[in-house]
Amino acid sequence: MAHSPANGHAHPGHSADVTKRDLLQLIAGAGAAIGAGAIAWPLIDSMNPAKDVLALSSIDVDLKPVVAGQGITVVWQGKPIFVRHRTPEETKDVRATKLGDLLDPETDQARVKAGHDDWVVLVGICTHLGCVPLGNKPSDPRGDYGGWFCPCHGSAYDVSGRVRRGPAPTNLPVPPYAFESDTKIKIG
Amino acid sequence: MAGMHKSEIANPVLNWIDSRLPVITMMQKEYGVFPTPKNFNYFWNFGALAMVNLVIMILTGIFLAMNYQPNTELAFDSVQRIMRDVNYGWLIRYVHQNGASMFFIVTYIHIFRGLYYGSYKTPRELLWMLGVVIFLLMMATAFLGYVLPWGQMSYWGATVITNLFSAFPWIGPKIVTLLWGGFSVDNPTLNRFFSLHYLLPFVIVGVVFLHVAALHIVGSNNPLGIDVKGPQDTLPFHPYYTVKDSVGMCVYLMVFAAFVFFAPNYLGDPVNFIPANPLQTPAHIVPEWYFLPFYAILRSVPDKLLGVCLMFGSILLLFILPWLDTSPVRSARFRPIYRILIWVLVACVVVLGFCGARPPEGIWVILSRICTLYYFAHFLVILPILGKLERPLPLPESISQSVMGGGGGPMPSGAHAKPMEKA
Repeated sequence: MAHSPANGHAHPGHSADVTKRDLLQLIAGAGAAIGAGAIAWPLIDSMNPAKDVLALSSIDVDLKPVVAGQGITVVWQGKPIFVRHRTPEETKDVRATKLGDLLDPETDQARVKAGHDDWVVLVGICTHLGCVPLGNKPSDPRGDYGGWFCPCHGSAYDVSGRVRRGPAPTNLPVPPYAFESDTKIKIG
Repeated sequence: MAGMHKSEIANPVLNWIDSRLPVITMMQKEYGVFPTPKNFNYFWNFGALAMVNLVIMILTGIFLAMNYQPNTELAFDSVQRIMRDVNYGWLIRYVHQNGASMFFIVTYIHIFRGLYYGSYKTPRELLWMLGVVIFLLMMATAFLGYVLPWGQMSYWGATVITNLFSAFPWIGPKIVTLLWGGFSVDNPTLNRFFSLHYLLPFVIVGVVFLHVAALHIVGSNNPLGIDVKGPQDTLPFHPYYTVKDSVGMCVYLMVFAAFVFFAPNYLGDPVNFIPANPLQTPAHIVPEWYFLPFYAILRSVPDKLLGVCLMFGSILLLFILPWLDTSPVRSARFRPIYRILIWVLVACVVVLGFCGARPPEGIWVILSRICTLYYFAHFLVILPILGKLERPLPLPESISQSVMGGGGGPMPSGAHAKPMEKA
């Protein structure tokens, strides 16, 4: 140790304090961290959706009984899905709305399937704090815009599911779905 | 006098904490510089291994409980769902299931270590008794846990073990009804077994804390069984024994992994893959391997109450072992007769285990009776007498002398002894 000043210039930039032990401690510490991560991974991943939960990822819905002006609620991945059969007037009215009047501008055409313009399929969860808005049944209050009305904090949606009055920040999302025939859709 | 602890930690944040709650100082004292006999062999790994095992069981158990349903209609299927559908559920459950067996392997070796090296003798009697409490809690927890998958062996194991209490006169049947929460093992039983199976491991953690606290008061025993006479006989726990424990832990984890990945059901009973049926008892009921010797003791006695008493007695006996063994010499190394008899006892317990796994007929009944008799004789007759009759070998002067090559002979001369005498 007494020679360390002499060794100093032989290894410029290397402090005499950096020893083999420091390296070993770093390697041991890194190894322990990797090991702890490897143990934590399966435990934490076990909290993710299990295979049987993922297997429930798609459902078929028969549209035949739903007449114009009516809506039904189905369950997909544990969430309420609104399937609403609009009257042609409702569709025409909602498409007349100017995009500039919307809180979250989006055309109605982008939210329905072409050729099935009277059918709107939405995740029925208010984008504010997760309540289920009213209005799917004709007897429900539908708010000032004829679509849905959330009783929790008063958000109102039009018949396209677009938010017209806050506090909800965004439109009701459209789940992935496709028409398998004119009277049947597959959600998910 | 109230006041802050004078911490010597350099880091200002840690110092601030340590001055108010000296946990870092305590860890330094109890696990850093803690003076530990310098002559430990690998038998002294098993306490730390049991601690690691307990942590593994609690961790995996918490995650299993997130997916388990303690209901007779759902329990069996929920366990199958864990095995098939839950991410890594198979791994978590197999670690938990084989972890129970590993826990008993480790604990049995730990107990054997105590018996062989006389770790239960004064001043470690209370330390030993706390260990017996942990052992009893472990057995209760293991039994409760085995019921949860609600297979045939779960159900009938629960029925048989709870019925043990019916052996007690007058109050027996009342106790059994109380345990069941009904008139047979059923949904209320499963509910409370799950609740208790979750609770008891944390009780074990508490008693383990006392066990370790007591250990740190009286200090560890060692393979020579002689007292530490000064700093020359000890090493700081870290890094010497943290490293030695780590080596043992690697081997332990390899054995554990071999079971989990290559033979996960080797120690289990195939009958438990059949859902519980309260109307049909399996042809041959056996407990898990770690209970077999005690099960053999139970069955060796034709009388119901006496059988139950002997089975519980075989473990409760360990509480008074410090006073049954009258020899003042701790380590079997210096007890020429005890050193043989301890292996006879081990053989006797192993034979009892084999007897417990066989149907109670023919040679197995006779063998289990002989071994039961010997088991009790070892503790109640042989140990008290042997202490008086046996002539122990001369003990070494000190641990350091023995370690440095003195081997119990005259004082070694020269280089080694001098610096140690100064210390």
